[in-house]
Amino acid sequence: MNTMAIKAAKAPGLPKPRANVVASLPVKATPRAGRLLAALADLAARVIPPALVVVLFLLVWEMLCARKGASLPPPSRVLSDTWELIVDPFFDRGGIDKGLFWHLSASLQRVALGYALAAAVGVALGTLVGQSVWALRGLDPLFQILRTVPPLAWLPLSLAAFRDGQPSAIFVIFITAIWPIIINTAVGIRNIPQDYRNVAAVLRLNAVEFFSKIMIPSAAPFIFTGLRIGIGLSWLAIVAAEMLIGGVGIGFFIWDAWNSSHISEIILALTYVGIIGFILDRIVALMASIVTRGTAAN
Amino acid sequence: MSYLRIDHVDKTFVRGAQETEVLKDVTVEVEKGQFVCIIGHSGCGKSTLLNIVAGLTQPTRGGVLLENREVNDPGPDRAVVFQNHSLLPWLTVYDNVRLAVDKVFAATKGRRERHDWTIENLDLVQMGHAKDKRPHEISGGMKQRVGIARALAMQPKVLLLDEPFGALDALTRAHLQDSVMAIHQTLGNTVLMITHDVDEAVLLSDRVVMMTNGPAARIGEVLEIGMARPRRRLELAADPLSIKCRQRLLEFLYARQRTPQLQAAE
Repeated sequence: MNTMAIKAAKAPGLPKPRANVVASLPVKATPRAGRLLAALADLAARVIPPALVVVLFLLVWEMLCARKGASLPPPSRVLSDTWELIVDPFFDRGGIDKGLFWHLSASLQRVALGYALAAAVGVALGTLVGQSVWALRGLDPLFQILRTVPPLAWLPLSLAAFRDGQPSAIFVIFITAIWPIIINTAVGIRNIPQDYRNVAAVLRLNAVEFFSKIMIPSAAPFIFTGLRIGIGLSWLAIVAAEMLIGGVGIGFFIWDAWNSSHISEIILALTYVGIIGFILDRIVALMASIVTRGTAAN
Repeated sequence: MSYLRIDHVDKTFVRGAQETEVLKDVTVEVEKGQFVCIIGHSGCGKSTLLNIVAGLTQPTRGGVLLENREVNDPGPDRAVVFQNHSLLPWLTVYDNVRLAVDKVFAATKGRRERHDWTIENLDLVQMGHAKDKRPHEISGGMKQRVGIARALAMQPKVLLLDEPFGALDALTRAHLQDSVMAIHQTLGNTVLMITHDVDEAVLLSDRVVMMTNGPAARIGEVLEIGMARPRRRLELAADPLSIKCRQRLLEFLYARQRTPQLQAAE
């Protein structure tokens, strides 16, 4: 019995040392330099293709828009027009005449609030719908209809209800992000394997223990899928909502730039919106990979 | 009165208008410290029977008595080792066992004692070395060892094993059978085990309960395995008593209770 346990423990490690020996033979002379070179090559392989594509894209854009009478500015013009905005994102001359940092941070705050509400309510409702057949039958048709309503269509209604731009924008984020969170959480809860429920039953876990020790970890991969779709949709909706409600925010900045024909500023703002949307998505993805380490691997 | 008694259990599954009778008038008695195997063809309802004992399924008629008290909901006094190990993948090996220990001994053991008890049970199944690994990092046989450790750690009155070695290769299975035998020898647990492996049943049990084919499976025959313990796999291969027991089981399973598919084909 003992020998078996030892053998089984060693077996997975067996091929490893052999593989290491084979790999280290060619670079034996300068192992450290070799490893550094390999790391650099790996980095280059990741960075060069996207950099090349960006340069190519800018070149084509420059060529297309550099001629006289072009309706959009070429990248060189965009850069020179918006240089002040790029180098000083923190100025504040009162009203809506602020640096891009302030606009972006106002938008991010709205998204953070609306999204946090959507995450909390969405996971709770999703758990309810996933756990109870009656809640599913009662609520699911309503969810399926409401989730197809475009985000902006909620805005007039929420303006009527809240009579203020700020809560209305937050509500639009909330109502946009909540559907994928509810639906994915419900699927995750419904897919908890019967085995885990049996384990919980044999251990006599109470409702709170079952929720925190079985339900949430087991459904985590699904919940995070919903959260990731939700954050993307929130960021999509905020720009459109802010164009309509006005005030400080990247959405209204873009609309204002269009009204004063500052096309270069629009392009700069769009670049920022894209980059921040990407970063938000990565943050949620990173959180997901940390939290669901064990669950996803099985 | 016996320690564990499955008393005249019927089980009928109802789906819409369709009724399927799975178990019919099943009575099994297990004495304290006994190792009893239930054997039968797949689909005959032996897992349903184990689930009824575990309290995970309710019988249609009849009941289960443990120490003369009726049990009809799941609990740690009837710990189950599931066929597919059912370890929680987001917990380490240690935490999987610790979860059970924390729940069962919350009131009676301190933190330090619960830790020691968890380690003790992992060592008992020789898994102490892998306590910080997650289930997907260890082999199928090791997962099943941890499953056994988790069940043993609950100090159950009856240990229920639901074809625990069914999914393992023959060598690993043999090692695990030896482990279970050794543990049974040391701790003297009362064990009810489901299997479809004739050799396994003869090697491990004091008594084998043979079930007829479903639908409406019942107890076909009961065979006492009188061989002395400790038993050794190699000696048993040539032991006349063991050979006779195996023949009895094989005859029941393959001559009198042929596989349902074969019967249907005729």
